[in-house]
Amino acid sequence: MLLARLLDDKFAALYRAGKIHGGVFLGRGQEALSASIGISLKKGDVFAPLIRDAAGRLAFGETVLDAVRTYMGSALGPMRGRDGNVHRGRPQEGYLPMVSHLGAMISVVNGVLFARRFKGLTGMVGAACVGDGATSTGAFHEALNQAAVEKLPLILVVADNQYAYSTPTSRQFACENLASKAVGYGVEAHTIDGTDLAACLKGVGEAVSRARAGGGPQLIVANLLRLCGHGEHDPYDYLDPKLKNSPLGNDCLKLAEEFLLRQKWMAPSRVPFLRNELIHEIEEAVAQAQREPTPDPFAEEWRPLATEHLKEGGETR
Amino acid sequence: MSLTYLEAIREAQAHALRDDPRVFIYGQDVGSFGGAFKATKNLAQEFPGRVLDSPISEDAMVGLAVGAAIEGMRPIIEMQFADFSTVGFNQIVNQAATLFWRTQTPCPITVRLPFGGTSGSGPFHSQCIEAIYAHYPGLIVLTPATVEDAYAMLLEAVALDDPVIFCEHKFLYYHLKADKLPAEALPIGKARIAREGRDLTIVTYSAMLHEALEAAKELSTEGWEIEIVDLRSVKPLDTDTIVASVARTGKLLCVGEAWPWGGVTAEIIARVTSEGFELLDAPPQRLNAKDTPVPYHPNLWAAHRPTARSVASAARSLLRS
Repeated sequence: MLLARLLDDKFAALYRAGKIHGGVFLGRGQEALSASIGISLKKGDVFAPLIRDAAGRLAFGETVLDAVRTYMGSALGPMRGRDGNVHRGRPQEGYLPMVSHLGAMISVVNGVLFARRFKGLTGMVGAACVGDGATSTGAFHEALNQAAVEKLPLILVVADNQYAYSTPTSRQFACENLASKAVGYGVEAHTIDGTDLAACLKGVGEAVSRARAGGGPQLIVANLLRLCGHGEHDPYDYLDPKLKNSPLGNDCLKLAEEFLLRQKWMAPSRVPFLRNELIHEIEEAVAQAQREPTPDPFAEEWRPLATEHLKEGGETR
Repeated sequence: MSLTYLEAIREAQAHALRDDPRVFIYGQDVGSFGGAFKATKNLAQEFPGRVLDSPISEDAMVGLAVGAAIEGMRPIIEMQFADFSTVGFNQIVNQAATLFWRTQTPCPITVRLPFGGTSGSGPFHSQCIEAIYAHYPGLIVLTPATVEDAYAMLLEAVALDDPVIFCEHKFLYYHLKADKLPAEALPIGKARIAREGRDLTIVTYSAMLHEALEAAKELSTEGWEIEIVDLRSVKPLDTDTIVASVARTGKLLCVGEAWPWGGVTAEIIARVTSEGFELLDAPPQRLNAKDTPVPYHPNLWAAHRPTARSVASAARSLLRS
């Protein structure tokens, strides 16, 4: 969680300094939920994170360098400058790179899980992350229903962070709780407090266990508040102060730190050291990515097909 | 033995299922029912667990195929009608078409689109939307016009490492017959000279090939020898074969059943005028469907799409110019 927060802070600083092309999207306030997903998954599982999942990505095994290289446009990163920022992944390792179309990754996770079952591989699960806004898309409903019909071990995690860009939940849906969307598909759903790390670990962990044990798809709805704009370009001036001052507005990272200290699971003197270690790791990755080559349009293949001989002449003329 | 175009598609799928354990078929009513057109007849029984009914969820159907392809499978998705593929459009053009370019992970999926007009089918069961898919980088778009090509190109499509939009024409399903299935065929990406001639080149594909062939027969009685290029695949587009034909005839007529605006016929004319302008003895022409939704009534439908008669008439004007 802390590493993700510090990494996000660094990306925000680089963005303000004009060092990042395109947008920067932070997960501030969602780290407890996101980290819980990454921690609950095992190697060999499938993960389709969304834009506010730096914590989950790192917990799932993404390196800081992969994240930094993608944001900095290094030619050596997993996306090699062909896509940037949060659009990164390594599909062959079960870590799926998101497209921008909300809800679209859920059925892709279904497909990976479907194929694995087809090949006789069992005991694996897949998690897809969306926000409250994505629950209004057709893709969300098609994919959740599909997972239910196929009884796939899908964990669909909705971070209900109160805003889809600027749209409040009152303009997004009219049901009491997004968890009720699962009922119509015969899917088990649970609601958790997204600001509470222990609750997230328990809620997500149990959903993963149920799915892994053959319990079919699981919907988790976590209530929390986005503690930053949609992207770093967004002043977030639409934030309702009542929400900010409600329990939803609590910073999950701060709560988690207080909890660890209260439980004496971590010595207070350790905190600044840990912080400095992580900042050092991030700074090293940024320095390395900055030294690396950027993509070269003359060396670029400009080939969208895997089948080399089917390259279209007309496209490059 | 005699096989229809539709049976060839069924046979190609049976062959692919038999030869490659990574292949499965997913689509609406494709299971024990055998598909709306029976293109998967008995396949669910012959290949248990590998020919599966999907919910009516075109988006999720394609999404599932992409996920399975990432895992190394080779899914065949049947859209019940090409028209309905627009509901799954996002997954096709944004997910499947971009995956390899973004991640170097191949996306070997085949999306079968029963497409094109048949009498009485109306606006939502008749559309020709190959140009929309061809517009997107990362997709291969095939339009077989013969029983042999339907079989051979579908087999090759499933074997390719890229997403293929396989446009199979419903009008040809039962009309076309062949004595046997081909052992070999031209590779995908190569057009075919369907008829040799010296006076005018007609470039066409899919069901319109047969209208063009009939028109050419009629014109030969008037002393004109028409050369016909069957594109087979609209993407990649075999510009070399087209330009070589125009070099022989000096005149070009493009015929497509799709709507005219920005489509395959426009692309061909753009390429020929830019790459072979000096080969043309007259301005290149094209004949497409009318720029309206496809009408239901046979009287209207017959006038909406190009036919042998309108092709012959367009060819005559060009020959006399």
